[in-house]
Amino acid sequence: MAIELIEGSLAIAHGAALCRPGVISAYPITPQTHIVEDLAKMVADGQLKTEFVNTESEFGAASVVLGALAGGSRAYTATTSQGLALMLEVLYNCAGMRLPLVMCCANRSLSAPLSIWSDQQDAMLMRDSGFIMGFAEDAQEALDLHIMGYKIAEDERVQLPYMVNVDGFLITHTFEPVNIPDQKLVDEYLGSYKPFQVLDPANPITMGCFTEPAYHMDVRYQMHKANLESTKVIEEVAASFEKKFGRPSGGLIRNYKLDDADTVVVAMGSITGLVEEAVDTLRGKGQKVGLLKIKTLRPFPTDKVREALSGKKHVVVMDRAMSAGYGEILGSEIKAALYGTPNPPAIDSFIYGLGGRDIHEDEIIGMINRPNPGTHRSEWVGLRPDLLEE
Amino acid sequence: MSKMLKPGINVKPGSSKENKTGSWRNYYPKFDHAKCIACGTCETYCPEGIIFGDKEHKYDADLDYCKGCGICANICPVKCIEMLLEVR
Amino acid sequence: MEDLKQKLMKKHLLAPGHTACAGCGEALGMRLIVDAIGPNCIIANATGCSEIFTSKYPQSAWEVPWVHSLFENSSAIASGVEVALKARGKTGIKVVAMGGDGATADIGIGCISGMWERGHNILYVCLDNEAYMNTGIQRSSQTPFNASTTTSPSGSESMGNQTLKKDMIAIANAHRVKYVATVSLANPKDLERKVKKAVETVGPSYIHFQAPCPLGWGFDSDKAVEIAKLAINTGLFPVIEYEDGQLVKVQKIAKKVPVEDYLKTQSRFRHLLKSDAGKKVIAQIQTIADANIEKFGLV
Repeated sequence: MAIELIEGSLAIAHGAALCRPGVISAYPITPQTHIVEDLAKMVADGQLKTEFVNTESEFGAASVVLGALAGGSRAYTATTSQGLALMLEVLYNCAGMRLPLVMCCANRSLSAPLSIWSDQQDAMLMRDSGFIMGFAEDAQEALDLHIMGYKIAEDERVQLPYMVNVDGFLITHTFEPVNIPDQKLVDEYLGSYKPFQVLDPANPITMGCFTEPAYHMDVRYQMHKANLESTKVIEEVAASFEKKFGRPSGGLIRNYKLDDADTVVVAMGSITGLVEEAVDTLRGKGQKVGLLKIKTLRPFPTDKVREALSGKKHVVVMDRAMSAGYGEILGSEIKAALYGTPNPPAIDSFIYGLGGRDIHEDEIIGMINRPNPGTHRSEWVGLRPDLLEE
Repeated sequence: MSKMLKPGINVKPGSSKENKTGSWRNYYPKFDHAKCIACGTCETYCPEGIIFGDKEHKYDADLDYCKGCGICANICPVKCIEMLLEVR
Repeated sequence: MEDLKQKLMKKHLLAPGHTACAGCGEALGMRLIVDAIGPNCIIANATGCSEIFTSKYPQSAWEVPWVHSLFENSSAIASGVEVALKARGKTGIKVVAMGGDGATADIGIGCISGMWERGHNILYVCLDNEAYMNTGIQRSSQTPFNASTTTSPSGSESMGNQTLKKDMIAIANAHRVKYVATVSLANPKDLERKVKKAVETVGPSYIHFQAPCPLGWGFDSDKAVEIAKLAINTGLFPVIEYEDGQLVKVQKIAKKVPVEDYLKTQSRFRHLLKSDAGKKVIAQIQTIADANIEKFGLV
């Protein structure tokens, strides 16, 4: 193992390369570009043996990796935002076909207006797709989730694609010390790819049949069930990963100073580092605050969320995306998870950081200490009143 | 895991043979073996690929699948195939 | 009879029991094409008639490995399969992509352009029935000039589809596709030879097959082959062959037929026969056929 100070994108590229995908296909888009550039360089320098396919669009790239999986290879792609939107038809198809793609999404806002900056709006396109969706909080976890992603996706009980979400720029373009695992360890951990369905003239199957009403709903239910039940596999993999590589990473949720907390912030992605600082600041002032990090959005870890938030007085959910015409997204899922539990906490939800809007510790503290807890629903934090004045 | 629905619902090759499309037919081909010159043109042009025969046995259609399109009768160079109304 | 059937029935790579319409030119052509390709292949198929009538769960008419993903990506799926085989060190398997005229010339042309530009060793087959038949006969960029479809209907203000067929052969050649050919039901031997040649080509190859459609074109179920012959003999469907961008062979027209003889066999053109304005359109269609004849030296 080697600890190196590297850019997040390079950590991600190492994560992908260590899993030895037979096929990588991608199309450049900011802020994902460095990931595929780094992979292309590894191929050019003979450090990575893979079929690297430059395509005419993200739609093409997603289709190439789907075809590669059907052809029996482990496959990888990375994209962001508009690219993800363009891939969407293929990605839903990939999940329905139960092909274990691993892809990285450098989370970025969706146009219009065009913005290359970070938020998690793009990821929300994928909530209903059937993909398993992990969210990294830093470059190390982004690397780790690639290895865990293949382990989960290729599990016979799962057979679903995995999406590694990393906040664009905030993770992809910052330099952090990253522990790059030895190839040997990753090889031992993952093993070579053994597809459950493969196109082979010696055993000719038909893949991608269409279904009539007599079958469709059951096939969709089976996919949904496999996604739901992958919580077990995700936990197993987080445990085996920690055992093999010696650090906690991934999983369904992670807690920070949660056990004795009265107020709990729920957040996802790179913001959790800043929330930890806010928690520490408030704890220094005697306030019992904790943090619940959502590491896996799909399958939604309902039981874990209930368990973590049971008995708490106040929950503050931070959303880096929004549902136009409704508001909160993660907020409403947390509320739904707690609905019907005894003495549920007061829940506030906030929308922050869209399109790269900065957020500061005092703003997070402000969310936690708003007067009248439980009355703040989908409140936008960090808007510019000078622009919005009527 | 379900035994019926495999993830990916991929299916076995050629399993459409369970689907006997002969029931679609309004007309059926009647082959006059006395006139047949065993050229095999009907076999080549059958959209279902269900006409069989050879020089010795002359040609016939597998009526389990024949949809009664009549291409064989139309294409036959010696007009030895007649399309007759199916009576069921 | 059963014994004889077992003994004499040829094993085709497209099995019966598929749900194509009776007399479907596409089903017939596809069977001839797949039989010519042979068993050692993997096919990626676009959404459309050919996919729907062969792969209704839990049955499949395919005797070869076959995958369907979406409407517009069979070429990119095939690209993925081809590189996966390379990555796995598997050699000798021909990868084939297939799609209808809409999947090829309209919605899927971006992915096809990418596939050709990258130079994959893939045979692409366009099954051209000249409209979106699976969704109910809507016009595509392969619908002939002034054919009536459900989205280019003829009426008091229109004679039907107002555009010319997009030239897929020129587009393929512009991508330096190594082998490019058109094939027809009218000449199954030529079809077989060309498909085999395309399979043997190392690099991109393109086969464009005209697929007469009884339902969409409006003719009786026994007429697909004779209509394909008329398409050739009028000059409306030139049967041609390119190697490395060079025209190497054309099928000569034995006896030139006026386009009206072709048009009158199909209800999609029947409106043209009813008025003086229609007669003018027929004259325009004749100039299209004549231009083909001159361009390719068909007579």
